[in-house]
Amino acid sequence: MYPIERVEPLNAEVTRMVVRAPEIARKIKPGQFIMLRIDEVGERIPLTMNDCDPEAGTVTIVFQAVGATTMRLAKMKEGDALLDFAGPLGNPTELEGAKRACVIGGGLGTAIAYPQAKWLYEHGAEVDVITGFRNVDLVLLEDEINACSTRQIIMTDDGSNGNKGLVTQALQQRIDEGADYDLVLAVGPVIMMKFVAATTKPYGIKTLVSMNPLMIDGTGMCGGCRVKVGDEYLHACVDGPDFDGHLVDFDDAMRRGVMYRSFESAARDAAEGRDCNGGAAVAAADGERKGA
Amino acid sequence: MATSYEVNRQKEKTPMPELDPVERARTFEEVALGYAAEDAFNEARRCIQCPKSPCVHGCPVGVPIPQFVAQVAEGDFGAAYALVKEANALPAICGRVCPQESQCEGVCTRGKNGEPVGIGRLERFVADWAFEHPEEAAKAAAALAERRAEEAAAAGETPAEAVAADEPDEIVVPDVDLSGKRVAVVGSGPASLTCAGELAKRGCDVTVFEALHKVGGVLTYGIPEFRLPKDLVAREVEALGESGVSFETNALVGKLYDIDELMDERGFDAVFVGTGAGIPSYLGIEGEGLNGVMAASELLTRVNLMKAYLFPEYDTPVYAGKHCVVVGGGNVAMDAARTAKRLGADVTVVYRRGREEMPARAEEVHHAEQEGIEFQLLTNPVRILGDDKGWTCGVECVRMELGEPDASGRRRPVAVEGSEFVVDIDMLVVAAGSKTNPLIAQTTPGLETTSRNLIVADERTCATSKPGVFAGGDAVIGAATVILAMGAGKRAAAGIAEYLTAK
Repeated sequence: MYPIERVEPLNAEVTRMVVRAPEIARKIKPGQFIMLRIDEVGERIPLTMNDCDPEAGTVTIVFQAVGATTMRLAKMKEGDALLDFAGPLGNPTELEGAKRACVIGGGLGTAIAYPQAKWLYEHGAEVDVITGFRNVDLVLLEDEINACSTRQIIMTDDGSNGNKGLVTQALQQRIDEGADYDLVLAVGPVIMMKFVAATTKPYGIKTLVSMNPLMIDGTGMCGGCRVKVGDEYLHACVDGPDFDGHLVDFDDAMRRGVMYRSFESAARDAAEGRDCNGGAAVAAADGERKGA
Repeated sequence: MATSYEVNRQKEKTPMPELDPVERARTFEEVALGYAAEDAFNEARRCIQCPKSPCVHGCPVGVPIPQFVAQVAEGDFGAAYALVKEANALPAICGRVCPQESQCEGVCTRGKNGEPVGIGRLERFVADWAFEHPEEAAKAAAALAERRAEEAAAAGETPAEAVAADEPDEIVVPDVDLSGKRVAVVGSGPASLTCAGELAKRGCDVTVFEALHKVGGVLTYGIPEFRLPKDLVAREVEALGESGVSFETNALVGKLYDIDELMDERGFDAVFVGTGAGIPSYLGIEGEGLNGVMAASELLTRVNLMKAYLFPEYDTPVYAGKHCVVVGGGNVAMDAARTAKRLGADVTVVYRRGREEMPARAEEVHHAEQEGIEFQLLTNPVRILGDDKGWTCGVECVRMELGEPDASGRRRPVAVEGSEFVVDIDMLVVAAGSKTNPLIAQTTPGLETTSRNLIVADERTCATSKPGVFAGGDAVIGAATVILAMGAGKRAAAGIAEYLTAK
């Protein structure tokens, strides 16, 4: 079991959770992910690391309560424990050598972009961080990012923070101003990463995107997490999760991403019913398994 | 060899009680129900105790088949179990999943005129009997161990040598005391479990590292419940735990620890790598990225490991269409086809060679046919078709004919020009084998691997190019069978015992 040491809502939808996992904390690097399972009936879900503290032996994850598992996760409290927490999985983001980087986070992606910005900043790079949210109430990690960036630009869809627009507009403006980036990292919705890559392509700026496809085992076994990169399908779990943004087929990724959408509401309803019912439903499910 | 019993001259195997095919195609319950004592007794008496016992030579772990079958024929199931268990750590599993027709039963003398003795069914019977009669089984095992010690003392040799004298094809793990030695076993499939069990028997402190949350490797995530109940796998793992093997789940070696760290920091004296096959292979044809197209390992992992067939009681869903094509002719293809059937699809297996060339276990093909799965043999998919939303809606196939033999000795299938036709589908499962996961190769300096990332290991001892590191199973030979992996696990245990004693 992996004890939850701290739970903190970052806004109405997003939660930060600190989990005790000393061995993983010792090894995990920006860009790598963990797979967790809440309990015996739970799914394995991948979450990219937000932060880690090797000395305290903790790994921090940030998630948005949108699916059955993340909604259940958001209800867990300090002192509860996760049944499974495996990592570090995937490859660390290739950050070495970057001198002038732009790290872009869209919504929840900001939480994953944060450790990359921090690493770059601590290693002497100039780091611009551009983040985008629907409105000012959803802005994430503003103080943390201020502490590890040369410049932070926060964009909102509705302009409620006084800065209306898309992250790509801010990126284009910085490029026009002569920012001369040697690395752009984008983490967020697939559509955002697609347009970030399209923005940097004419300038030939190295652009990495962090893909988050459907995944089951996360260790290189099931083939569920295929991402079309150039002419071939690669696996986010062993070849990624970061890929060259100029080679990723984002339309293909968006199409594959909806494959399980029709199951989502049934999963949420069942999970909610189970949680209201306490252990009874879990026991019933277990009984059914034994009978099967 | 004369028999102490009257031989049963019946030409066919004693039938195996099975669930009704129509009934079972809707559930995940085990299909083959196992022999009753009387069935086992009758079947065992079909063995004529022929002097050369070719069956033993056909067994990768050298189970003393005529001896155990004779005990079944005599009605001494405990003694039969003790003999099997001495050679095979996982008899309840092997009795169910071994390709007996190409091993022990394939060379059985009775098979020259009629059906061979149902050795697999008998092995399963004694293993299941032992589970239901734990005290009698333990007593019989102790009695056999005592007999071995006496035989050894009389002959002035070690008990292991006494076993070897009894069963010349046996892989002999030397009878040494490994107390105080620590071995890390990477992966928890059949090769690893066998290796761990053999070492633990000799007092070795063994820790098994498993990347997933459940132990068992392919026995857990790959082979379906209806062929190998997961309770049974859990039981075998539990027994290993009782014999002193520790398990660390959620531990992906190569990421959480690398092999050097296991040896230098965690103090393991030797490491066995049994990481199995890895990432699925695809067909390399147009349309493989369409929704509704998946690798067999994704379907099987969702259903077996994550229990998606119980969705939404379990959180993991699984997509199943109405019309499914499974591409491939191996056991994984049969498992995928029968799983898709149970999820509600009409299933057709498409395989580019003929029935004779199918690598699947004969019984699995037979069971699939009984359950209403169609076979399009000598047929190859050339293109997967999609609708405007990106879901698969058809697969274009071409008829094949067999040409000259290829490097594998099998006749090479050649496409028949102009024979293309389209099958309407909404689900396609690719069971085209796998590529090795490169993780261990990439993170272990000094470990020699092939261009396909297979680990190079000595055939006899399973030693790799890196001192103290041994490897076996699919990680070394590519995707094969449970029993071959177990044979490797046993040889590796012998190699490790030798290495640790010399050290």
